[in-house]
Amino acid sequence: MSLKVRFLYSEDCPSHEEALRRLQDVLREERVDADIEVVRVGSFEQAEKERFPGSPTITIDGRDISPIANAHYAPACRAYRLEDGRISPLPSTFMIREAVLAAKRES
Amino acid sequence: MANLKSADKALPFNLPGVDGTNHNLQEYSEKNAVVVIFSCNHCPYVRAWEDRMVEVQADYASRGVQLVAINSNDAVKYPEDSFAKMKERAQEKKFNFPYLRDESQKVAKAYGAERTPEVFLFDKSGLLRYHGVIDDNYDNPAAVKIMYLREALDAVLTGTLPRTTETKPVGCTIKWK
Repeated sequence: MSLKVRFLYSEDCPSHEEALRRLQDVLREERVDADIEVVRVGSFEQAEKERFPGSPTITIDGRDISPIANAHYAPACRAYRLEDGRISPLPSTFMIREAVLAAKRES
Repeated sequence: MANLKSADKALPFNLPGVDGTNHNLQEYSEKNAVVVIFSCNHCPYVRAWEDRMVEVQADYASRGVQLVAINSNDAVKYPEDSFAKMKERAQEKKFNFPYLRDESQKVAKAYGAERTPEVFLFDKSGLLRYHGVIDDNYDNPAAVKIMYLREALDAVLTGTLPRTTETKPVGCTIKWK
């Protein structure tokens, strides 16, 4: 079972290391064989090219784990709406796991 | 790094607010404490903390404390931080404090602010008594262990120095032009 996983982040935005750790933990727990491509987004041009709505962004098989409609691409932090309604700078482990499990089912 | 260190005097500002009037530091000279928070619309750290900012103002208003939020971000590159969007956010979240626009970014540069949110707490004499984060958990209000700003306010309002006068600001970088 192999998925294409990308982790995109901006240095301007703290806590991306925690998000990456959460992603690595979920992939290990779900026994997903995936090399995470880690991409640092450092400019508006790159953000446009990568369709980067903010840091951190996780895509699995090309799909954002929390898609944003009409996203503005910029090397900035992005907000996640968690399952309990709170706004957070990071995706929750639950959110990441749901996305990984959905990708596993589809692949 | 902030240009102000402990016991430095607050730097003046005169900025337009979302309420349609200009606000300057001098109008708060009778307050027992003034909390200047560099803030913005788009930053998820601000969004995670802003309800707590409203709560602090509500809880401490009767003790003569005034919060003032200042948005210095480049609204061209970050349109969510425009003045129009600021007005919407203030209404949506029922801000009970002035939300001011620092279009030229001069105030942020003068203070040496680098992040949003970033707190500068001044006492009755206008001296800096606390600088840094609001509390120790941006992500989960229920998991907060140390309420740095509240503890500093409690100290300042009783005429004592806060136990913690400086924490490292956590949040998005201020978006410079």
